[in-house]
Amino acid sequence: MNDALLLIWEFFKTGLFAIGGGPATIPFLINIANTYPWFSKPELMDMIAISESTPGPVGINMATYAGFKTLGPFGGIVSTLSLTLPSIVIIIIIAKFLEGFQENRTVKAIFGSIKPAVTALIAVAVLNIFEASLIYVENDVTKVRISSIILAIIIFLFLQWDKTKKLHPAIWFLSAAIVGIVLQL
Amino acid sequence: MECLDLFLTFFRIGILTFGGGLTMLPMLKYELVETKKWISEERLLDCYAIGQCTPGIIAVNTATYVGYIKKGVIGGISATLGMISPSILIITIVAMFLNSFMNSPILLHALVGIRGAVCALMLNTVISLAKKSLISKQAIGICLVTLVLALFSPVPTICLIILAGIAGVILDRIQGGKSHE
Repeated sequence: MNDALLLIWEFFKTGLFAIGGGPATIPFLINIANTYPWFSKPELMDMIAISESTPGPVGINMATYAGFKTLGPFGGIVSTLSLTLPSIVIIIIIAKFLEGFQENRTVKAIFGSIKPAVTALIAVAVLNIFEASLIYVENDVTKVRISSIILAIIIFLFLQWDKTKKLHPAIWFLSAAIVGIVLQL
Repeated sequence: MECLDLFLTFFRIGILTFGGGLTMLPMLKYELVETKKWISEERLLDCYAIGQCTPGIIAVNTATYVGYIKKGVIGGISATLGMISPSILIITIVAMFLNSFMNSPILLHALVGIRGAVCALMLNTVISLAKKSLISKQAIGICLVTLVLALFSPVPTICLIILAGIAGVILDRIQGGKSHE
């Protein structure tokens, strides 16, 4: 089989079986790195770092990157579309089913209790984001990034203030990036 | 026209978000709930829950779901293509100029700042979600149990969501459906 078909097949499989979003695709990508000569494991680690520091969902960024490594720009498009295809089909089937049962008592009961559970899961994920963003290890010593914490607190206070809380979230990313560059954080 | 609107809105969300499906939540809330008023915040959380326990990238699952609610199958596809297009463009460019990009000190300083902003926005979003979803004693109970299990047990996320759904149905049967009226 040629590389393009293999690429479609591998990323289709990843999209179909990786449950839990972007991070869940990493074991599949490791498997691809081990099976094919397309990219190495160290290259994969770079891909993860770059995918996290560029705009867009990390899972999609990694797929585009891996496809690019394999077959150039065309590969990037092919791998990303293959990863997305199972999602589109599955979600449309689920949405079609659920839209007809919006007023159903059991569906209401399920979502009524899934919502607080998801809130808890999001809170846990936020704690993980705090840990990953604010704590780092240097020469085996765990350090706290004080400057990022101060910046986070200032932005959080702005988000509570009536005059600034309705601003587009991207404004905060942009201003924080500028502060980071100017103050050499 | 509506499909173009879906494509452009999700393109904007994709290009302005750093991180995974979760850090996208403040942006989704701003664009879909507050500006476009396409769905309610509660409904967005439903989409999110479904996105988490189905295969694939959560951002894509959410985009497909919202697009489908707005404009059927074509809407779902338009929203998803909008969501993934910025990634394809940006990553292709970055991959071409990898080395000079990764070693740039300006980028590293910018990222330290951006991380602080991500923390602030996420904390704000989770508070807003808690206000909307923790509306009864039962909801608070489910939230606390899930929180403890997620922090201190190895039970996978998807199982926690399914367990919460089952608990909801059982509690509803015990109470005879009163809790939702």
